[in-house]
Amino acid sequence: MMLGKLQVPPSVKKGEPFEIRVLVQHPMETGYRRDLNGMSIPMHIVDKLVCRVGGREILRAELGTGIAANPYLAFYATASESGEVEVEWSDNRGDTGRVTARFTVA
Amino acid sequence: MKLGAAIVLLAVAPVFAQEPARPAPLTPGSEFQSPEARQMQFDDFANPGLLWVERGEKLWSQPRGETNKSCASCHGDARQSMKTAAARHPRYYEKLGVLDLEGRIKACVVQNQKAPDLPWESQDLLSLSTYVARQAKGQHIVPSAGSQPASALRASYERGRRLYFERQGQLNLACNNCHDANWGKTLLAERISQGHPGDWPAYRIEWQTLGSLQRRLRACYFGVRAELPPLGSPDLVALEVYLAERAKGLELSPPGVRR
Repeated sequence: MMLGKLQVPPSVKKGEPFEIRVLVQHPMETGYRRDLNGMSIPMHIVDKLVCRVGGREILRAELGTGIAANPYLAFYATASESGEVEVEWSDNRGDTGRVTARFTVA
Repeated sequence: MKLGAAIVLLAVAPVFAQEPARPAPLTPGSEFQSPEARQMQFDDFANPGLLWVERGEKLWSQPRGETNKSCASCHGDARQSMKTAAARHPRYYEKLGVLDLEGRIKACVVQNQKAPDLPWESQDLLSLSTYVARQAKGQHIVPSAGSQPASALRASYERGRRLYFERQGQLNLACNNCHDANWGKTLLAERISQGHPGDWPAYRIEWQTLGSLQRRLRACYFGVRAELPPLGSPDLVALEVYLAERAKGLELSPPGVRR
């Protein structure tokens, strides 16, 4: 299980956009680099990330080697009722991570 | 005649004891970064270094080694017990010599927990040292090097000071050529900092990861094309001792974010 952080405002206004911020701890090794002995460092990247709000998928991302280490994503969503934001991701070695946060619609 | 010499010596002694002028005003390294990097450092969500703090917090209460003790078994709540640790290292330990924060943690893991050593720059060690350093956020650096003449710490300090002013590498530069004489000026796309240790360990975007102050010092050695001292070597610790004294009173804000 990988370490990540999710930030959602605890209370949002109905129908108004709010910001969702995600930070994932990951080396995002491109596979193009070599170590000090000249050996190729195998690719190791988070390649899939999904965000659901109240069970409904609102964002699906395919990340590539161009994304910096410890990927940081910020995007907006709207909601009409209180619920949970859920972000799940997996890397090319099959490791997964998941973070959730609750919010209430005021 | 003898009395005269003694008076001369007394008059001269303070001059020798006087420390080299420190940069004024004392400015933390974050001030020399781009607005984006600075914003990242002080945003508790966006600062990637806090991922290491979180991991360190978990490791803090995780039992380790033959004794099956965690850091918390002896040190309790780090928020209390480690409040000033980062501000007071490197420091002298009677049985261990002069150690910086990472060195102290390594010693504790091996000797007190009886666990396998944590290698320099390993993720576990960095997580623990960043977690401990974070507890000292807002504290001011209180070096003890100057107050203990003739001790091992003093010797380390003198060594660090000598290294700081010694020209090295193919570029033939000493630390002070940049960090005392030219701080605030532009070097390629960078602004030269005053070279303070207050925000370390820090997340360096160039490294794409978090690293210790020792790693950063080695990067400076690399920059002037000098031979890199190994991690944990007395030279690097001595430089850390000198830098702490030089940055006396500076507010700590680890983990930093650097380009």
